Amino acid sequence: MTSGVEHPNASAAAPRLSLRGITKRYPGVVANSDVSLTVQPGEIHAVLGENGAGKSTLMKIIYGAVKPDEGQVLFNGQLSTIRNPQEARALGISMVFQHFSLFEVLTVAENVWLGLSKTLPLTEVTRQIRETAAAYGLDIDPDRPVHTLSVGEMQRVEIIRALLTHPQLLILDEPTSVLTPQAVEKLFVVLKKLAAEGCSILYISHKLHEIRELCTACTVLRGGKVTGVCNPQNESNASLSRLMIGAEPPALDLRPQAAGETVLTVRDLSLKRADPFGTDLLHIDLKVCAGEVVGIAGVSGNGQGELLRALSGEDPRAPSGTVWMAVSTHAHALVPASLRGKVHDLCGSSPAARRKMGLHFVPDERLGRGAVPQLGLAHNLLLTRRESVSGGIGWLKLGQLRGQAQGIIERFKVKAAGPDAAAKSLSGGNLQKFIVGREIEARPALLIVSQPTWGVDVGAAAQIRGEILKLRDAGCAVLVVSEELDELFDMSDRLHVMAKGKLSPSLNRADATVERIGEWMSGLWDPPQGAGPTMLKEAAHVQA
Amino acid sequence: MFKLEARPQPSPVWSYASPLLALVITVCIGVLLFVALGKDPVRGLQVFFWEPIKSGYALSELMVKATPLLIIALGLAVCFRSNVWNIGAEGQFVMGAVAAGGVALLADASSGPSIVVVVMLAGVLGGMAWAAVTALLRDRFNANEILVSLMLVYVAIQFLNFLVYGPWKDPMGFNFPQTKTFEAVTKIPRLMEGSRVNIGLLLALAGVGALWVYLFRTYSGFAQQVGGLAPAAALYAGFSSRKALWVALLTSGGAAGLAGALEVAGPIGQLTPYVPAGYGFAAIIVAFVGRLHPVGMVFSAILMSMFYIGGELAQSRLGLPKSITGVFQGLLLFTLLACDTLIAYRLTWKR
Repeated sequence: MTSGVEHPNASAAAPRLSLRGITKRYPGVVANSDVSLTVQPGEIHAVLGENGAGKSTLMKIIYGAVKPDEGQVLFNGQLSTIRNPQEARALGISMVFQHFSLFEVLTVAENVWLGLSKTLPLTEVTRQIRETAAAYGLDIDPDRPVHTLSVGEMQRVEIIRALLTHPQLLILDEPTSVLTPQAVEKLFVVLKKLAAEGCSILYISHKLHEIRELCTACTVLRGGKVTGVCNPQNESNASLSRLMIGAEPPALDLRPQAAGETVLTVRDLSLKRADPFGTDLLHIDLKVCAGEVVGIAGVSGNGQGELLRALSGEDPRAPSGTVWMAVSTHAHALVPASLRGKVHDLCGSSPAARRKMGLHFVPDERLGRGAVPQLGLAHNLLLTRRESVSGGIGWLKLGQLRGQAQGIIERFKVKAAGPDAAAKSLSGGNLQKFIVGREIEARPALLIVSQPTWGVDVGAAAQIRGEILKLRDAGCAVLVVSEELDELFDMSDRLHVMAKGKLSPSLNRADATVERIGEWMSGLWDPPQGAGPTMLKEAAHVQA
Repeated sequence: MFKLEARPQPSPVWSYASPLLALVITVCIGVLLFVALGKDPVRGLQVFFWEPIKSGYALSELMVKATPLLIIALGLAVCFRSNVWNIGAEGQFVMGAVAAGGVALLADASSGPSIVVVVMLAGVLGGMAWAAVTALLRDRFNANEILVSLMLVYVAIQFLNFLVYGPWKDPMGFNFPQTKTFEAVTKIPRLMEGSRVNIGLLLALAGVGALWVYLFRTYSGFAQQVGGLAPAAALYAGFSSRKALWVALLTSGGAAGLAGALEVAGPIGQLTPYVPAGYGFAAIIVAFVGRLHPVGMVFSAILMSMFYIGGELAQSRLGLPKSITGVFQGLLLFTLLACDTLIAYRLTWKR
């Protein structure tokens, strides 16, 4: 199968896509300002930029989902007005979005069929899927229902769906954020093969090493403007980073430190899923000590969310004797004296009760879970902090509350209109700084953070990581769940990997390599007792 | 062509201006309606917007009707702010009236004036009990509270009918479906001679203050509203959604029941099949037009009360059907929902 069907009117020298002076304004913000970009046939072209740099808007303009205010789009040398995604597909432009649009209850073939001409029978679609899958090594069974697929497999479905339209230009939006390192390697092989056949690829990412490995051209965006065009293979991470954020991110300082007493203990925790598309937790064993950062790696959707809910108390079903928290005798003044110097079984205690013991949690969903979107920052403090509530009748001391919020805004350099600015008016990174600040200022004994820097720009991410490490140095036990391996390697003293509802044994950072963690992400870690037969036994045990 | 463009932030100006614009549009459509019906529109507007406020007595009647609307709406605001959709305030109003009426019927010449307090408490408990049925079904079986509370309205009305056509019928009442007139001692004390305004008005205004303090100055009021704004955030914070459900339904049921007690032991003075006057439903509109804000609801209650009185006057003065009240109430809610678009969007002119 060939992908690059040449446009009949195009001269051989015409670039596949060229954008000239694209400008797009939204109320209050200019998303793209005079952006120009040229993609040659068969080129893998990276679009690099931080969150909010205008990458997504630019791609939506190319794909016809957004109309530019100014500028021209030339496809194969021809001036094109792409009014909607249908027209884009007719021209030969396909896009794979970061968030999949698949119906969970339909099969792979049915999902692909939805986007194709209805004159094609389903059997023919199935045949085409098999053919394409074989040609590109995209291993997938067309008859499987989508809800049984892993995230990586779902992405393959999206890519096959895009390939069946025989694109001349394929746009991929952050395609590796949901993949294991091994799956990333596989994806790169497919993309290189496609490019060799003449299909141009626009690859959107903020991961520098991927871009340097895969792409032969790169356009860097910052604040909606092009700040550089280069060949990433001739650049270093540092030079790309300078183009992207105008500076190099400061290096983290993780000093070795002896871990203190155990704060959180999870013993053989198994929990049935609450949500039909969730994951069952299977025999989780975990320990977090004072003064250490424990990282949990793994592709999202392997039970991390379920584990975090069980630890935070949002899901109170964890059976008695599985989750324990030790409250030190030296706990700070806000912890009631009656709780000190004891190990508490957290079975059945609410998030508020756990917070009283010093367990604070930063969820990955910021708007709607970590913060109430419509309420001001000061009121959002009340979700987890009670210092400005006077005892008996629960009277709110609004002046003190605003002062407290202002303090966090200043200390963590949150860009906000003030303590009464609605949470939803903040950018993702600034809201995350506020939420992390809110939990850190509570001086927790145990801080659990999920995706600390997800969607946060590089500068803010470095600041958040630094603050979390400061807390660790002060003797707080920290548990970090993240999809970003680099981040976990930077921050953690010990690492676990989560796969299919199970947690791997712990690994000291010095012993951890990307390859090993990557293998473990597929659930293949050596069982502690030995190899082979034990593993089978364990699998049987799990199924029973 | 006009286009709607999302505002970067919701407009605070329009959140106040939208109800006013909705009122203006309602009036304009009302004028067209009067013209279409062959009535003098100026006379029609006079009946709705001038007659109810032109004299002291008219004003007092306006208050008489606004009081139950406001009391019910205050309770509903707690519900709606916590994302509990109690549509059955009418039923809770009726059951409050039944419970209060039952206590009032027990009174005789020997009862002391403190019986009034018992009558009102019975009303509150009656309304709470009826709302508790909804809360229980929602809590235990996850039944939809919109449907349950709405359906229970009709059960409550049938129960009232059963009583006034059956066991509680006044034996001296010439077989009319009504109870005997309550003893004078059970009557809700009036504020002044020559008007029907009673202490219910003071209770309503005290309720306004209490609700404001609860919603905006207490931790429990904050926790109650977080469940409505962002359920996942309430779960994360550890605010109990079950508690929020019960507080919301018991508060609004109690408020509606109190309004029912104040009606039957006040202006009506007996139980009849005409106790359900639609206050429970109209109060939903009062709550939303008043932006679920205690002070806003004072104004919207007065406005809705005007529509009630205007509708009655339109019947006698202009020969229009009484349903004109409902038409105006519906128009107001409809235009308000439309105007609220302007809070999040701005209208621009684009070629």
